[in-house]
Amino acid sequence: MYEGAVQDLIDELGRLPGVGPKSAQRIAFHLLQSDAVDVQRLTDALTQVKAKVRFCVICHNIAESEQCRICADPRRDLTSICVVEEPKDVVAIERTREFRGRYHVLGGAISPIDGIGPDDLTFRELMTRLASGEVTEIIIATDPNLEGEATASYLARFLKGMGIKITRLASGLPVGGDLEYADEVTLGRAFEGRRLLDA
Amino acid sequence: MPLYRDQGIVLRTHKLGEADRIITVLTRSLGKVRTVGKGVRRTKSRFGARLEPGMLVDLQCYEGRNLDTVTQAETLESWGDVCARDYDAWTAANAVLETCDRLTEEREPALQQYLLVTGAMRSLAGKEHDPNLVLDAYLLRALAVAGWAPSFHDCAKCGAEGPHRAFHIVSGGAVCSVCRPPGSSAPAPETLRLLAALLAGDWMIADSSDVRHRREGSGLTTAFLQWHLERGVRSLRMVER
Repeated sequence: MYEGAVQDLIDELGRLPGVGPKSAQRIAFHLLQSDAVDVQRLTDALTQVKAKVRFCVICHNIAESEQCRICADPRRDLTSICVVEEPKDVVAIERTREFRGRYHVLGGAISPIDGIGPDDLTFRELMTRLASGEVTEIIIATDPNLEGEATASYLARFLKGMGIKITRLASGLPVGGDLEYADEVTLGRAFEGRRLLDA
Repeated sequence: MPLYRDQGIVLRTHKLGEADRIITVLTRSLGKVRTVGKGVRRTKSRFGARLEPGMLVDLQCYEGRNLDTVTQAETLESWGDVCARDYDAWTAANAVLETCDRLTEEREPALQQYLLVTGAMRSLAGKEHDPNLVLDAYLLRALAVAGWAPSFHDCAKCGAEGPHRAFHIVSGGAVCSVCRPPGSSAPAPETLRLLAALLAGDWMIADSSDVRHRREGSGLTTAFLQWHLERGVRSLRMVER
């Protein structure tokens, strides 16, 4: 146990995800030994992230103005929307450079056991976006786990009859892995989603 | 017993750290155990997909001080994966798994609860019956195994032979006109017959029942469950009845 400010800092750091009491203590002492300028930079970054960052009014991704940079970009394809669970997923898909449309961030996945239902996510906002009629394809990119799969099946049912093409990201074998180590569910999905090879 | 192996059904999972999960499993012989699946959230995990809710697995773990750690998992049945493709079956499956989690204690063998939950998941994945009927049948039987068997024919208070018109949750089910406490409900006789059929596993009667009676039966079952568990089952709110 330390006194005053040091213990307060350790306690606050210890509340961060993945930071235990030992790590919190190590970070606190690192900050104590750092230059005042470095610590000030960290303080400013923490203050600004809360002051500046908000959610995009269109896609609910994190943004520094009313619209995120993707929604504000006129070069993006307006006819396709990729639906993801979290803002982190937008970054992961953007890294692929395969998708040029826009996104819609649901804010999580349907998880009845955790009390998260469709009303807690941004399904209604997605419907509002689709009302304009310019979207022709919805790509469901929820996590490849059961909650993500259930959210995708709900979304497919929700959008049924709107005349929009609904697709789901393929699930299957990871690149660089050995087939013999694949589990039955993944291998089964890889078979389901097999594609025709052009000779 | 530092290393053990058992069959079990995954009841629920919680995220832990960067890529791990805490996995609650109801095993056949050891009862409910809480284990850590290391790295299972990574896309290259060898057994991440096997340790999802509703999956029946052959599990090998080693005992830890607080939580055990999964070392191997083989899929026996992927009921969870099948249910996740059908929203109604998925919400019902979640309610089944959550109720099972609430009715069982850690490290206390619960073979009957295990057989019930695996039976319910098999039925939901196999689309044998309406998911709501499977859920109600599971809830009634799970409560019966836990010692709270409702009575749908004889009077729950004096044992007088039925059928009776009144139903009182606090008293334990159908009540005769003499024992009927104030505030008892009067469900349709067909509803009580449906609930009795679900408890007994008479699927001929259950499958041919009317939607109106199914809905009334679901309401009574949910109220009966929540009275005994004292706290609501969150997943039940998402089940479309």
